[in-house]
Amino acid sequence: MPKITYIDASGTERTVEGKNGMTVMETAIKHNIPGIDADCGGACACATCHVYVDAAFAEKVGKPSAMEQSMLDFAENVKESSRLSCQIKIREDLDGLKVTTPESQH
Amino acid sequence: MSTSPARIVIIGAGQAGGQAAYSLRLGGFVGAITIIGDEPQPPYQRPPLSKAYLKGELDADRLFLKPVEYYPEHGVDLLTGVAATRIDLDAHTVELSSGAAVGWDKLVIATGSRPRRLSLEGAGLAGILELRTLDDVDRLKAVAHPDARLVVVGAGYIGLEAAAVATQLGLKVTVLEAMPQVLSRVAGPEIGHFYNRIHRSAGVDVRTGARLVGFEGAGHVTGVKLEDGEVIPADAVLVGVGVLPNMELASDAGLICGNGVVVDDQMRTSQPDVYAIGDVAWRPLVHYGREGRLESVHNAIEGGKIVAASILGAPPPALDVPWFWSDQYDLKLQTAGLWTGADERIMRGDPQSRSFAVFYLKEGRVIAVDSVNSAPEFLVGKKMVAAQATVAPGELADKSISMKDIGARALS
Repeated sequence: MPKITYIDASGTERTVEGKNGMTVMETAIKHNIPGIDADCGGACACATCHVYVDAAFAEKVGKPSAMEQSMLDFAENVKESSRLSCQIKIREDLDGLKVTTPESQH
Repeated sequence: MSTSPARIVIIGAGQAGGQAAYSLRLGGFVGAITIIGDEPQPPYQRPPLSKAYLKGELDADRLFLKPVEYYPEHGVDLLTGVAATRIDLDAHTVELSSGAAVGWDKLVIATGSRPRRLSLEGAGLAGILELRTLDDVDRLKAVAHPDARLVVVGAGYIGLEAAAVATQLGLKVTVLEAMPQVLSRVAGPEIGHFYNRIHRSAGVDVRTGARLVGFEGAGHVTGVKLEDGEVIPADAVLVGVGVLPNMELASDAGLICGNGVVVDDQMRTSQPDVYAIGDVAWRPLVHYGREGRLESVHNAIEGGKIVAASILGAPPPALDVPWFWSDQYDLKLQTAGLWTGADERIMRGDPQSRSFAVFYLKEGRVIAVDSVNSAPEFLVGKKMVAAQATVAPGELADKSISMKDIGARALS
């Protein structure tokens, strides 16, 4: 089971066990991780599950799709490492993944 | 902070009711929370019901808003499969279908809405279905085998999303719509025209201006009868002709109701200890200077957050403009705002490219946007609606100017 660590805007880390095939967003909701709203439930429709992917995993996680990128282009506080966590599916090789949540999703 | 109440009861275990409980706990509420839900499942997402879940891409437990362990772990008493039957405002109790009664200091009515039913001959036949709950979709899935003939009555979001999935699953689908245009309640004619064409090219027999007179069949439906005498053969019928607010508990208790339970900006009903949120609430729409009822995820979540803040004496959340989405085929329709009352519509982009948007203006201000596969138009448009921004129509129609630039000018 790949472990995923969520770091909130104040630096608090929470590590949970993910499940292959589930998304980083779903895993956060399942474990009641604050900082990820995911209003639309993973439909890539709302940009409220924004996270920053740890540089060490940037390559493995990969780039956002065109649809996701255009949502991110207009989200708040976007950085080079920004992704929508509903679009990142957990795989074995993402074990140890760290993502940081922004101060606000709105 | 004001004195915290000891017991909060939430009637309705949908997205709004669930959110109220989550936001109360997140906000530090330590008293008792009881959620009363008449469905067997814990609070779950409804949007995927007519999309990924109908298609078989998601299991039911992936729809749950919180895992089942959340409720006991957070001291939320979740009663499922139990209906609230009466609210007693004087005794501060809710009576349940089980015969029990629960006491409350603050009550949240999140009873949602129910599909409107047709009062036509044969409407009670087996095989005439609706789509609101997980159980409804399981019934639809049971008849949705390839080559089955499905007649969808009503070309709103639900009907068209189900039609798209059913067609992709290999069913032979007919859509009957009374209005001259599909999606006419929720979007302008350009969007309706586009989706009409998309469904027809996918093989759906879309009939607008259709006049239904009844259903045929002995026990189980076999056909849908039109006014001109034609009978469309059907193995199943899905009726999606809008919803009605479940406000009877509230009105029977004496709370002021209209087309929904009337609430103020804190979602308080005419009795300040009682709140109403979600589909059932007739609430102030601050961006439009009027009241209305919204049937959406945004409204459910926002209502839950507002109630929690009101009860806890915390600052209210920032109010978002109403927003919606609909997935059909490979197309994502994203809507911000309410287009009713628009005096001008601006098309941006070419529908033939399957990526375009329609902006709705009233007296020069952006009041809504519908975008198809074009997130920038949705996201910038949403900010424009929130700011009630004025914008030059020529600029909006000009694809050579980016939404970023248009937004920067309109929102500065």
